[in-house]
Amino acid sequence: MRLGKSRTASGRVRRWLWILTALTALLLLAVYGAPFICPFDPQGQDLSRSLQPPGKEHILGTDQYGRDVLARVLSGGRVSISSTFLLVAVISVFGSMSGVYCGLRGGWPDRLLMGIAELCLSLPGIILAMAIAAVLNGGVLGAVGALALVSWPKYARLARSRTLALKNSPFIYAVRLAGDTPGQVVRRHLLPNILGTVLVTAILDIGTLLMELAGLSFLGLGAQPPTAEWGSMLSSGRSMLQLYPWLVLGPGLGIFITVVLFSLLGDAMRDCLDVRRVP
Amino acid sequence: MGRWLPERLLRLALVLFSISFLSFGLMRLAGSDVVEQKMENRGEAVSAEAAEEARASLGLDQPFLVQYSVWLKRAAGGDLGRSYVSGQPVAEAFWQRLPNTLRLAFMSVLLTAVLSLPLGILSAVRQNGPVDYAVRVLSFVGNSLPNFVVALLLLYILSLRLGWLPVISDGTGWESAVMPGLTLAIAMGAKYIRQVRTAVLEELSQPYVAGALSRGIPFARLLWGGVLRSAGGTLLTMLALSLGDLLGGAAVVETIFMYGGVGSMAAEAIRMRDYPVVQAYVMMMGGIYALLNLLADLGCRWLDPRIGRGDM
Repeated sequence: MRLGKSRTASGRVRRWLWILTALTALLLLAVYGAPFICPFDPQGQDLSRSLQPPGKEHILGTDQYGRDVLARVLSGGRVSISSTFLLVAVISVFGSMSGVYCGLRGGWPDRLLMGIAELCLSLPGIILAMAIAAVLNGGVLGAVGALALVSWPKYARLARSRTLALKNSPFIYAVRLAGDTPGQVVRRHLLPNILGTVLVTAILDIGTLLMELAGLSFLGLGAQPPTAEWGSMLSSGRSMLQLYPWLVLGPGLGIFITVVLFSLLGDAMRDCLDVRRVP
Repeated sequence: MGRWLPERLLRLALVLFSISFLSFGLMRLAGSDVVEQKMENRGEAVSAEAAEEARASLGLDQPFLVQYSVWLKRAAGGDLGRSYVSGQPVAEAFWQRLPNTLRLAFMSVLLTAVLSLPLGILSAVRQNGPVDYAVRVLSFVGNSLPNFVVALLLLYILSLRLGWLPVISDGTGWESAVMPGLTLAIAMGAKYIRQVRTAVLEELSQPYVAGALSRGIPFARLLWGGVLRSAGGTLLTMLALSLGDLLGGAAVVETIFMYGGVGSMAAEAIRMRDYPVVQAYVMMMGGIYALLNLLADLGCRWLDPRIGRGDM
C-alpha cells in the first residue's frame, strides 16, 4: 500500500518536473528566438511612436525613443539570462572543483582555500561585489566577475563536505579493493555522486544571481546603454514611473517570471533526484 | 565561554584586517591612481613631471605594503582620505549619513520581524493547512522579486496611485524611512518567514514537545515558553545573517527613494568612480557586518545555554 502511494507521488513529482522543464524551454525559446519571431528591432528608434501605452501593435508599449518594449525585454532577457548562466557555470564548476580538491588533498591547500572561503562568507557579499564591479569597470562581464569572486565559496564548501563524507564510505573502499585507480574512483564514483547536489544548488542559484546581476546593472555597474538588460531598463524607466509605468512593467515581469521558473525547477529537481538522501 | 570569546575576538580582528587589506588593494587595482583621477575630475592637463611630483608628495612612489601601512595607520586614526569629487573628508561624510542608514536598518528589521515572525510561526503551527499554503506562496513571490522591483511597485502603488506616502523623501525623519524600510522588509521577510517556519517545525518535532503534550501541558504555553525560546537562537542568527543582504540592499533602495544614507552615497560614488568613498564604505560596512555577527553569536549563547557547554 505504502509503496504504491509513494510511487504515484514520485510520478506526480516527475510530471511536474516535465511541465517546468517545458515552460523553461519555452521561456528560453522566446528570449533566444526573439530576433526571428518578434517583428520589432530592439534598437530601432522611431520618435513618432514614442511612449505609446501597451496596445495591439506594441503589446508592452514603446519607450521614449519609440522602441518596442517587448522586443527590448526579450533582447534584455538574452543578456540577463546568458550572463547569469555564465556566472552560475563558472562558480559551480570552479567552486566544486576546488572543494573536491580540498576534500581529497587536505593539508595546507585545504586550510588556505577554506580560510579564504570562510572570509568571503563573513563579508557582506553584495557590497563586496559592488566594489569589485566598480573597480573592474567592465560592463556585464565585470559584474559577472565580481559576483563570481564573492559567490564561489558556497560551492567549494558544499563539494568539500560531500567529498569528505564520501571519501570514507564503504562503497569507495569496495571499488578501491576492486582495483579502481584513485583517478577512476574520482571520475566514476565521487563526481557522479556530488553532481546532483551541485546541479540542484546551481539551478536554485540562477534566480538569486539573476536578481543580483540585475541589481548591479540597476546601479550602473553592468550592461551599459544602449544594450537592453533588465536591470538597466528598470533603472532608466523608473524616472518615468508616474506617467509611463509600462516601461518598468516589462523588465520587472521578465525578472519575476524567470526567477519563479528556475526556483520551481530547482525545487522539483531536488525532489526528483532526492539529493538530500545520503548514499 | 572562557576560551570562546578570545578566539572569536581574534577571528574578528583577522576579518577586519582582511577587509582593510581588501578594500585598500581593490583601490590599487583600479588602474588609474589618485593623481590621474583628480586631474580627470577637474578637467586639468598637467605635465608628466608635475604628476610625478604630486605622486611623490602623496607617497604613491612607495612600495605597496608601505603605502598600505601608512593608509592603515591613518584609517585607524579616523582619517579615510578625501573624496575625489567633493574634496570633503570621507570619514566626516560617512558619519554624517550613517545615522540615516541605521534608522533605515532599524526600521526594516522591525518591519521584518513584525511581518514574518507571526506569519512564520502560524505557518508552522498550521502546517499543510490553507494558511500555511497561502503564507508559503506569499513568501515565494516575495523571494522572486528583487528589491528594486519591490521598491518601484511600492512607489507606484503607495505614492502615485494611493498618495499615502511622499514620492521623494528628504532622508531626515522617520516618515521618510517607511517606504525604503518596507521595501527591504518585504525582501528580507520573504526569506525570513521560511526560516522561521523551518526552525519552529524542527523544534516542534523534538521529543520533548510530544512528551510535554502527552502530560497535558497546553500547546500555547509550550509554544511560547519552550519552543519559541529554543528556536530563538536560530532565528536571531538568521536575522543577523540577513543584515548583510540588508546593508547591501540599502544601497539600491536608498538610491531609488533618494534617501540620504551611506548606501546612496556609495552608489553615487561608484557611478563617479570616487574610490576613497567606495573604499571607506566597504571597510565600514564589512566591519559593521562582522560586529553584528559577533553580537548574534553572543545572543545565541545567552538564549541557549547548551551551546557554551560540552563539545559544541
